[in-house]
Amino acid sequence: MSSPLPLQHVNVKLIASEGAPVDLEPLIPIFHGWIRDRVFEEMLLDVADYRHVHQGPGLMVIGLQGNYSVDNADGRLGVRYNRKALLDGTNSDRLKQAARAALTCFQRLEAEASLAGALKFGGRELEVLINDRALAPNNDATRIAAQPEFHAFFGKLFAGADYTLAHETEPRRLFAARVKSAKSFSVGEMLANLES
Amino acid sequence: MKSSNALWKEKLASKMPEILAREIDGFDTDIALRKQGKMDERVFAETRLRRGAYGQRYDNGQRYDGKNFQEMKYPSGELTKGPSTMWDAPGMQRIKIPGGGLNADQLETMAELAEEYSDDIAHVTTRQDFQLHYIHIDDTPTVMRRLAAAGITTREACGNSVRNITACPYAGVCQDEVFDVTPYSRAMAKFLLGHPDCQNFGRKFKPAFSGCAQHACGLTSLHDIGFIAVTRREGGVEKRGFQTFVGGGLGAVPYMAKLFDDFVPVEEIMPLTQAVARVFARLGEKKNRSRARIKFLVQDLGIEKFRELVLEERKTLTPDPRWTDFVGPAEQFSESPLKPGGTWPANASGRFAQWLKTNTRPQKDEGFVTVTVALPLGDITANQLRALADIVRRYTKETIRTTVEQNFAIRWVSKSDLAAMHAALEAAGLGDPGAGAIVDIVTCPGTDTCKLGISSSRGLAGELHKRLAEKSFELDESVQHLHIKISGCFNSCGQHHVADLGFYGVSRKVGGFAVPHFQVVLGGEWEHNGGSYGLPVVAIPSKNIPQVVTRLTERYVAGRTGGETFKDFVKRIGKVELKKTLEDLAKPPADPNDRSFFSDWGDPREYTLGDMGVGECAGEVVSSVEFDLAAAERELFDAQVAFEAGNADKAGKTAYQSMVRAAKALVKINRQTISDRADDIIQAFRTDFYDTQKFWDPFAGGKFANYLFDAQAKSTLPYTADSSRYLIDEAQLFIDAAHACYNKMGTAVGA
Repeated sequence: MSSPLPLQHVNVKLIASEGAPVDLEPLIPIFHGWIRDRVFEEMLLDVADYRHVHQGPGLMVIGLQGNYSVDNADGRLGVRYNRKALLDGTNSDRLKQAARAALTCFQRLEAEASLAGALKFGGRELEVLINDRALAPNNDATRIAAQPEFHAFFGKLFAGADYTLAHETEPRRLFAARVKSAKSFSVGEMLANLES
Repeated sequence: MKSSNALWKEKLASKMPEILAREIDGFDTDIALRKQGKMDERVFAETRLRRGAYGQRYDNGQRYDGKNFQEMKYPSGELTKGPSTMWDAPGMQRIKIPGGGLNADQLETMAELAEEYSDDIAHVTTRQDFQLHYIHIDDTPTVMRRLAAAGITTREACGNSVRNITACPYAGVCQDEVFDVTPYSRAMAKFLLGHPDCQNFGRKFKPAFSGCAQHACGLTSLHDIGFIAVTRREGGVEKRGFQTFVGGGLGAVPYMAKLFDDFVPVEEIMPLTQAVARVFARLGEKKNRSRARIKFLVQDLGIEKFRELVLEERKTLTPDPRWTDFVGPAEQFSESPLKPGGTWPANASGRFAQWLKTNTRPQKDEGFVTVTVALPLGDITANQLRALADIVRRYTKETIRTTVEQNFAIRWVSKSDLAAMHAALEAAGLGDPGAGAIVDIVTCPGTDTCKLGISSSRGLAGELHKRLAEKSFELDESVQHLHIKISGCFNSCGQHHVADLGFYGVSRKVGGFAVPHFQVVLGGEWEHNGGSYGLPVVAIPSKNIPQVVTRLTERYVAGRTGGETFKDFVKRIGKVELKKTLEDLAKPPADPNDRSFFSDWGDPREYTLGDMGVGECAGEVVSSVEFDLAAAERELFDAQVAFEAGNADKAGKTAYQSMVRAAKALVKINRQTISDRADDIIQAFRTDFYDTQKFWDPFAGGKFANYLFDAQAKSTLPYTADSSRYLIDEAQLFIDAAHACYNKMGTAVGA
């Protein structure tokens, strides 16, 4: 049975650990290298540099199926995956795909020697956004409809650990949930949780 | 592609003007027909372009990764949306904003579209449009529907049509204007949109309106048709009209618009424009796109003959009520403030004081100012657009416009609200000072997204912005107000010709490798609606351009006399002297291991490794060709010096000789004993490089070679100031193309 709320175009943003401001310039050659070496199954097309914009999308790898970015929206630095292409399957499959993509991206960045550990996952916080206002308007009905699948998903992602969930309340903005786990996880642990 | 496209179609069906809804439905059908192979790719390309859906870089299905060209295998396979334009490749959507006028709801719509279909960024262009990048063609009808529901159309935003009608963003509030041009520009936009007489142009047609002659805001000099507000007394009554210009345009070779009529009554501007459009459609070039703009028609016919033809055409027009319907309401048109006028903030300091100095402009109504919101590189995020919508609702009656300097102008701000408004803008990251100053750099998209980009204009602009922002208010006052404008190629979308410091992208070969460069263009004038065009001085590697800015501004500060403008300073010092100031920066890096020059700003890929020539034989030819091309550039520089000295004939002849020399440089590769006779060289060039298309530009085709052939055909005629001026620009482009051709030959050798 299809869900009454089809969660397409899922975005997942993993919030980086707080610390000194991260210089995004070293990411430029890394992202170009990803395109050259075709590191993801998805088709990567180009690098977009928006470092000059206040609390903007930072540095992005533009892909055909999805974009990857080190994003500074709302002044919260993090690694974001924005699924653009339609994805078959259930809502749970789509949430999982976006989370896996963001986690894999972050894992690669944490392992980048040229960044020298400057960019680390904070271990607890992430945001899930649905980038389609027609499918998921930012209102109470969407929140209620999404709740069971969100809780199932976060329960799995955090391996049963407690977490808090707060929805974006500004109605003009995308439907979004900010989630914070009581327990800290590494990127690798979260990936393992997803696949368990 | 979004899964919600069908939902939007249903949801917005009753919320769009019927005509727009029908047109967008038609575009949906065109998409379906193209997918079924029932519409030719060229026809579909023009169809989408006329709806503002452009191609973008790498949409031909390959991308250079710094080492190799990689094929991009899109899911739709061989399906194209135009010649060599793959269906799935992301594209750009241009959105027309007549006169730059918006309301808060429209800002919010733009935010939603930037978020959902683009990359969270809306880009303001130098013609007051918006552009959204990385959009899938299948999503464009929904984007158009959502815009239409907000009262915005993308129709004729591109293609061979009437483009966005621009107007001074201070119209109605400017202290120096003759009258408010807003209602006239809006009426013109409405009248010409989809007009049957505007559907058969060989190229685009850009109108502009200005409220005065002295400021830059309308840039009428560089438009196909330009209107400057004027009045005159008739029978004791003040009558409104427009000083009307035609045939201006930037592009590869900039043309200054010619005066068509000192005073066209407001009742006549519609039929006159209609007549101009009909003459352009009938007599304008159609096959040779490089000579298809109206500026060439005006130049070829002469303004007198062109005027005669237009006035004859005017007599044949069937009267249309829309010619005059707007006149009465236009004279009554006015905007009003939300709040009462106030007083200037007392004791301002720090960034707020700087912002007040550069980002506010007095209005003719006491107690109000217009606030400029400076956008770095013309970019704004979705969240910032929403914040801006809130701000214009809170402090004004949503009186906001985009500007040709890629900013926003918020009109009717009470002086008493300035502190609060600045605080609100600061909170949104939109409170930077420096609007209209040296730090407020204008740039086209360049190699970031444009298919025609040669050098990274945005990369350079970002770097200059970063460096200048740190010290802009410590710079000498005379330097703070200079204009920097950058284009990624010769096509001038960054309006480099009318900057104090203009730059446009070219490539040069250094040690067998292509190196991104920018031509330095000096002597342009921004004021007086783009009053004069600069000329190229020297090509400098991209990575040295920040030093160019430093040197030229320091030289200006040190050598300026009295209140001398930068343009006058350039004229007095002369290009020979200024070129000497920069000459060492034009040289390749001393250290052969320094690879930084071989990549562009913000892009670490080796610039054109794929163009590298290999083998000793090629290497020897390299030296000879490069040497000869350098000699051609020197000769062209002599032509510029002669032009500056007022010797048009010598300038024209020398420019032509420089083209012949550059052609010979290439011809000699295969015909080492070619004679020095121009006709022999050009014939050989035609055979070896034009007929074989080796000299052809991927997008401009044979345009630059045709400059040489035209110059040859006219070489026995005396040169005028205009013709020598144009020839100098054409010669520069021809020499740039010779460099590019030679670079391409290096690839062939290496392949």
